[in-house]
Amino acid sequence: MTTLARSLRFAESEVIAYRRTWRGTVITSFVNPVLFLAAMGAGLGSLVDDGAGELGISYLAFVATGLLAASAMQNGAGDGSFPVMAGILWRKNFHGTITTPIGPAEIIYGRLIWGLARLTFVLVVFAVIAVAFGAIDLGPALLAIPPAVLTGLAFTTCITAWTLTQEDGRSLSTLFRFLIVPLFLFSGTFFPISQLPDYIEPIAYATPLFHGVELVRKITLPGADGSIVTGIPLWAHLVYLVAMLLIGLYLSIRLLDRRIRP
Amino acid sequence: MSENLVEARGLTKKFDDFVAVDAIDFDIKKGEAFGFLGPNGAGKTSTMKMITTVSPITDGKMTVFGLDPNTQGRAIRSRLGVVPQEDNLDLELTVAENLFIYGRYHDMKKSEINPRIDDLLDFAQLSERRDSRVEPLSGGMKRRLTIARALINDPDLIILDEPTTGLDPQARHLLWDRLYRLKRDGATLIITTHYMDEAEQLCDRLVVMDEGRIVAEGSPRQLIDEYAPREVIELRFQEGEKDGAALKLEGIANRSEILADRILLYTDDADTTQERLHNRGIHPEQVLVRRSTLEDVFLKLTGRRLID
Amino acid sequence: MSVEAPSRLTPIGRVTPFRAQRIWEKNFIAYRRLWKVVFSGFFEPVFYLFAVGIGVGALVGDVPGPGGALVPYAAFVAPAMMAASAMNGAVIETTFNIFFKLKFQKVYEGVLTTPMQPSDIAIGEIGWALLRGVLYSTAFVVVMFAMGMTRSWLAFLAIPAATLVGFAFGAVGMAATTYMRSWQDFDLVTLVTMPLFLFSGTFYPLDVYPPFIQNVAKISPLYHGTELLRGFTLGIVDWSMLGHTGFLLVMGLVGAAVANRRLDGMLRK
Repeated sequence: MTTLARSLRFAESEVIAYRRTWRGTVITSFVNPVLFLAAMGAGLGSLVDDGAGELGISYLAFVATGLLAASAMQNGAGDGSFPVMAGILWRKNFHGTITTPIGPAEIIYGRLIWGLARLTFVLVVFAVIAVAFGAIDLGPALLAIPPAVLTGLAFTTCITAWTLTQEDGRSLSTLFRFLIVPLFLFSGTFFPISQLPDYIEPIAYATPLFHGVELVRKITLPGADGSIVTGIPLWAHLVYLVAMLLIGLYLSIRLLDRRIRP
Repeated sequence: MSENLVEARGLTKKFDDFVAVDAIDFDIKKGEAFGFLGPNGAGKTSTMKMITTVSPITDGKMTVFGLDPNTQGRAIRSRLGVVPQEDNLDLELTVAENLFIYGRYHDMKKSEINPRIDDLLDFAQLSERRDSRVEPLSGGMKRRLTIARALINDPDLIILDEPTTGLDPQARHLLWDRLYRLKRDGATLIITTHYMDEAEQLCDRLVVMDEGRIVAEGSPRQLIDEYAPREVIELRFQEGEKDGAALKLEGIANRSEILADRILLYTDDADTTQERLHNRGIHPEQVLVRRSTLEDVFLKLTGRRLID
Repeated sequence: MSVEAPSRLTPIGRVTPFRAQRIWEKNFIAYRRLWKVVFSGFFEPVFYLFAVGIGVGALVGDVPGPGGALVPYAAFVAPAMMAASAMNGAVIETTFNIFFKLKFQKVYEGVLTTPMQPSDIAIGEIGWALLRGVLYSTAFVVVMFAMGMTRSWLAFLAIPAATLVGFAFGAVGMAATTYMRSWQDFDLVTLVTMPLFLFSGTFYPLDVYPPFIQNVAKISPLYHGTELLRGFTLGIVDWSMLGHTGFLLVMGLVGAAVANRRLDGMLRK
């Protein structure tokens, strides 16, 4: 068996487990975007569009594009944290797996392949809902999927690596509380980063979600001007996210090896 | 005069149509170690739960310390120490804190609890793990901590539901040693178990339960004398020869039992029986002669293996 | 004959009828080590407050508050964040945490072999969730003052009001937990709290909706909580607040009664 074949075998095991737990994912990946777009985009949008700010586009379009990248982050981060902790600590299925020809690296690759498939599905669903709300056009929405998936996977690998250094599950909720939620709120998802105090702006530019949001907006909102997106070229965002994904991948493999084959 | 701490008459527990405990009678005297022996599902745990007043009685009458479990549950529980089948220690607390909070549940003052924690940790051989979290403790340590926790209120009656299930032999012997000490100091114990050796070692008196009923009662020795001949011969055969041999056993011993892997012959005179085996041309691969045990009693009473 | 053995430590006279506070003692011991978790719980609503109040607020400007007068968006949304966080805190504590203790650790089975009873546990755990809520609400009101999002001293009445919101949701959450079979069922909790969070007049006045949807939204308990808190922090008090209070009180009492009865049935089989 090749490395790819073994990684696919591991991905298969995740698919089998998923058949029992898919209901929860449907709620988070399907119902939540509908609710958020209805509440934030349409409801709050009616205030924003009559309000004091100058966006130049509808608030619905602004929020929908931000949420596309933010959902990728949340799903990607979720994939890199709880299932990984389960694998090494709760379900201990990683320990069982390495007694077969499948090794630690292939567990990580397998999870990434599975994450890629699931993330793509979740984001396509989101994009279609956003199109149905009239937030964005279908063509650009679908074009924005690959960079959004890249954003999610970059989070998956880095958070997998971090999770592998943690002793118990308690720190995972701290991670979400102090990293994922602030990123969700302050990376230009709900309001342009230019609204932030000047001294915080550079920090926001450094966050990975910002680059994901920028990519999605530059692709889906051709009319967006300087009040919504920056002049940073597309390739720079891509380099940032690809580098993050690869570093996370490298560290995950090393750390998993050390953790389950001490 | 002996005092009965628990008296049950026609005690019954039903879950919808299923009868878990079927009109049983028993008395538990002060100062004795009383055993409930039976396979899983015999109704032992249901009986324990009724005594600890956490499970309402469906029918019949029972008093614990002379009190009514239906109306005086709190007062009864304040004088019980309960070791449940599964450890339910609080994983958020340390070893000492687990003891402390149970003292508080019993309304003890801090000044009463703290010296007691020291004694109990000593008793449970856990003094060095005092401030450790519960999670990393071994199975035997957790069990001993659960027993220490049950003793925090200096109970008049200690109830142990399968105290050594799942422990390794060393941990079992250590635990038995601790239970002996309690007995020696005059504690009243109720023990459920499906281990024969445990019942033989610990119980002064026991009842055998099967399908919700009590099928025999007495001391371990009495039960063996009453229900099992003195000796048991265990025969093992080569592949395929057992069934043939089974046909030739008529009248060879007091009683025979054909199991999946061997044949048991119950007899008062093992030598004679062995001679008969030889005469009938039965040649087992392996022969083991031993004294009969409670397990044989159980087999006789219920017609099936005990540990399932 | 049966003889009453003298007990050395807990004579019947000392068995007090109410001992829910023992559960608080236990939680207090456990949480002494977990204070970081408790402390960090304060930040999430504050993060939301900054992002929505300040960030989105700059886009929105002023909005009509209770009674129709225009108020800054941050002042409008802050009490809603506080109500939502009271709801979430109480729901998480009484659903996920209690379920774990009930089904996996079986902690309560042990507790019930002592003089404690199911009602002590129900009251103790709901009360504990409220106690934590009071801590967060107080901190939140202080932040609102510091950031100029409220000027009225009535804002301090928002603390008991938020506690009432916590009670209503905590009691119903606890009742719901007694019906849960597996972790899968907890998806339903999110399925209920998420729409409540988004559509209870949290982020904008209900009148952006058509009248029919407005009436539906008014069934939402969080709407009543939000309106109650908003009245206090904006310093606009009227009779309708009695209605909101009554709604939450009834919801909490019904939830607590169901939780108590169900818990008793579950734990004392």
